[in-house]
Amino acid sequence: MSYTKRFDNRKFDEMRKIEAKVDIIPRADGSAMFKIGDTVAIAAVYGPRSLHPKFLQDPEKGILRCNYTMMPFSVSERIRPGPSRRSTEISLVTSKSLLPVLDLTKFPNAVVDVFIQIIQANAGTRCAGICAASMALAHAGIPMKDMVAAVSVGKVGDKIVIDLNKEEEDYEDGATDIPVAMTGRNHEVTLLQLDGEVTKEELMKGLEMARKGCLDIIEIQKKALREAIKENQNE
Amino acid sequence: MNNDYVRSLIERGKRIDGRSLDSYREIKLESGISKYAEGSARCKIGETEVLVGVKFEVGTPYSDSPNEGTIVVSAELSPIANPDFELGPPNEQSVELARVVDRGIRESKAVDFKKLCIKEGEKIFMLFIDIQVINDDGNLIDASALGALKALSEAKFPKLDKDNKVVSGEFSGKLKLEKLPITCTVYKIGGSLLVDVDSKEEKAVDARLSVNVGNGRIHALQKGKDIGFSVDEIGRAVDIAVKKEKELAKLLK
Repeated sequence: MSYTKRFDNRKFDEMRKIEAKVDIIPRADGSAMFKIGDTVAIAAVYGPRSLHPKFLQDPEKGILRCNYTMMPFSVSERIRPGPSRRSTEISLVTSKSLLPVLDLTKFPNAVVDVFIQIIQANAGTRCAGICAASMALAHAGIPMKDMVAAVSVGKVGDKIVIDLNKEEEDYEDGATDIPVAMTGRNHEVTLLQLDGEVTKEELMKGLEMARKGCLDIIEIQKKALREAIKENQNE
Repeated sequence: MNNDYVRSLIERGKRIDGRSLDSYREIKLESGISKYAEGSARCKIGETEVLVGVKFEVGTPYSDSPNEGTIVVSAELSPIANPDFELGPPNEQSVELARVVDRGIRESKAVDFKKLCIKEGEKIFMLFIDIQVINDDGNLIDASALGALKALSEAKFPKLDKDNKVVSGEFSGKLKLEKLPITCTVYKIGGSLLVDVDSKEEKAVDARLSVNVGNGRIHALQKGKDIGFSVDEIGRAVDIAVKKEKELAKLLK
């Protein structure tokens, strides 16, 4: 059956409404909120700071440690607090999505901690978390070569779409979810996962959609960062 | 900021930010911060920020209270909120925080557990009250207790299908609170008593007493930190908490 019209009436290449805000957690060295549709992620950066236990230290450069957590009340069915296999994997791929743009060579033996919390979840939480984390790292003043943005694309029924919502992820005739993270200038793909089934052509079409989406998101991220800096200067 | 400076100020009845000893920072309460929770709230006291979400689950009653539901309070001192917080299972501080909030709600009978009964002896509602600290700038107990009450006061019963399973996104009426008990923590620094310490003052605190007050009556107490209170100080602390109940309960109405 053909998926002719999206559940929320968006165009197939249209993302949900995005809001971004930097400097939301005063105690953190850097922080940001990223909202896409009904999905809300916040991120805080602490560091560079000394890393314990010591055997994890790298004398050549600092390490990046990401932690992704969903709040227990962020979804319909309460999530038990504490790590799960899902959140552990997402923490790992999040850190791999951000590492390529970071320059941590100036911080040997140190760690940069990124904590991501999902306050409200309606699909696309790992991508929203990466978007928030990328802004929080920039806000913390960690040396970065580029920004990273992420958005999911996928196949719902017979259509390739961007930024699937929960209803689309659960589409009864099948949906394939492809979270993608990309850097701003070189369009380097730093996160790519896929669950479902697509042809190569469909994948390439999805990646092109993700590229456009990520570039739009990076503009929103930069605007939020500039606003935070402006506010800081006015104080 | 060093503790001696904080202490010497407080000895003279002054505080870093110019407040009087018995006044709170600005308190902001907001509800509906997570649309998939049956009730949720954000409580900000100064720069301290706490999110609280309430989720309903269907469970079986305890055998000694077959017609009563229950509450489960958990607190997450997420490393997002304070450079000293670490990942991992709940530690002493988060367990104490959750239990003090739990007792304030339970002992004041703010929630009538009988109204959480679905079918006597078989099915009841369990209310999961999850506290998430977003930014720790002191006085987490009061912020969490106030946030929990705000989230509860906004909470709606989920609709149940014929097998008594929760139908997500559909509701069947509001959870009515029987009263609005307030937890006010009175801190002791040197010979002075004060409320609502920020994180700089918190480092200088010698002792604290959290007083849960509903309609002028005391429902729960928790003494914390390393030194004691005199009986006279306890009397004064309770007086402060009773006075603050009236002030803070207004924010929930």
